[in-house]
Amino acid sequence: MLISMFGHHGSIFPVTTPAIAETRKTALNAVHRRLNARMVNFGGWDMPLEYSGILAEHEAVRTRAGLFDVSHMGELEITGPGAQSLVQWVSCNNAAKLIDGQIQYSGLMTSRGTFVDDLLVHKISDTHYLLCVNASNQDADFDHLVANNKFDAKVANTSSRYSQLAVQGPRAEEILQKLTRTALAPIRYYYFVFGQVSGVDCLIARTGYTGEDGFEIYFAPEYSEKLWDDLMKAGAPLGMIPTGLGARNTLRLEAGMCLYGHEIDDTTTPWEAGLAWICKMEKAPFLGSDVLAAQKKDGVPRKLVGFEMLDKRIGRDGYPVDAAGKQVGRVTSGCPSPTLKKNIGMAYVPPSLTAVGTDLEIDIRAQKAAARVIPLPFYKRPQ
Amino acid sequence: MYPADYRYTKQHEWVKVDGEVGIVGITHYAQQELGDVVFVDMPKPGTKIKLGTSFGTVESVKAVSEIFSPVSGEILETNGLLSDAPEKINADPHVTAWLIKVKLDDPKEAASLMDAVAYQSYVEAAAKDH
Repeated sequence: MLISMFGHHGSIFPVTTPAIAETRKTALNAVHRRLNARMVNFGGWDMPLEYSGILAEHEAVRTRAGLFDVSHMGELEITGPGAQSLVQWVSCNNAAKLIDGQIQYSGLMTSRGTFVDDLLVHKISDTHYLLCVNASNQDADFDHLVANNKFDAKVANTSSRYSQLAVQGPRAEEILQKLTRTALAPIRYYYFVFGQVSGVDCLIARTGYTGEDGFEIYFAPEYSEKLWDDLMKAGAPLGMIPTGLGARNTLRLEAGMCLYGHEIDDTTTPWEAGLAWICKMEKAPFLGSDVLAAQKKDGVPRKLVGFEMLDKRIGRDGYPVDAAGKQVGRVTSGCPSPTLKKNIGMAYVPPSLTAVGTDLEIDIRAQKAAARVIPLPFYKRPQ
Repeated sequence: MYPADYRYTKQHEWVKVDGEVGIVGITHYAQQELGDVVFVDMPKPGTKIKLGTSFGTVESVKAVSEIFSPVSGEILETNGLLSDAPEKINADPHVTAWLIKVKLDDPKEAASLMDAVAYQSYVEAAAKDH
């Protein structure tokens, strides 16, 4: 049975089951199966798509809390005197601005100014950076770092040394605080500390991919079940439930966050993807900065916009965006928004169609459906 | 779980034949695989449909699925309940959340489909492949 999570043409019920390639499992695989999660092959990983249902899980994260196993994410560590120079050369954000214990969203760039990956750069010190990268890109990212390492930094793929859990939602701090002596309130968004959770050494980061407050904790995989169980025991009385990749996708889409392989890939630039805020030309030169400087001057051929459907149908990944009867763009992600109660999505369109209020036509299985450009993000949490 | 007097397709649709009329829906297994259903798109009454061809879609949060007809004939009625409450497909896929009623070209046509016992083993085998 093959289900594509993020948009799918045709039947999700193929008659024949395709040969399943070897899938990788996180240390919590048995826990997910015990919880009767619906599992999905996500970039080669056997991951929980949903437990109680995407809508219920989405709502839990927006109003209470959810616990995500995100141990499939990759960790790459760069160390040595050349560490900062390497990070600066391969990424588009300015890592020199980071202080120890600070985190930055950034892009790993090709020489064409496009994305090898998007990532979180954690600055442990001037000589030690931890990069959290997409699971399915980790090998390509590692190779890219090694190939561009003219700074004699040490590059290691340390993914197998970490499990990662994300506690997300307005009650995340209260839940996690029950299990640690580290004061969480002073940790600001996009900062991290080292501390213990349930007696287990952790990197505790105030980050997430849901648009809510929350923490992502990194620790040795052998403690995965213990931390999962302790967090669930602490969180369940406050309404926390296990949450899967399905809700993670609807949550990040409402928050207007990009997903690699959808809004960004090795053909898209930060200018096109609406990620100018992570592309700092003043630190040039870096990989692709010449191409990016030229595109900034000449203008982009397409731009990412947010849209809402004026139709009951959903514009999903890959659907054409048409104008005057011909295709001018394509949808990158789309879903029903459980919080906003309308169908939303993101799409690449020509610069002339990006103004808020512009009418778009989305080709949904050969039928035209009306949509309209609306501002991103779709959802911003109450402060 | 699967009503004994229904017939089933490999794409997880069911049909209940009542004289010259067939009632068509998707199975419990199908609704489970789809997850939260948010939209149902069915053709208008009067539309001709054919065994094995796609005639509409059921859309969930995560995916859209084409629905293949288990019979040939003409659509008499679509289930109005589902335009306001598509989530009924998750709650009651075999009874109240039927999709269409069809005037059958050949009431014997559905006999070639799986019966409940065969369908049950078919979905058990599919579940093992997960």
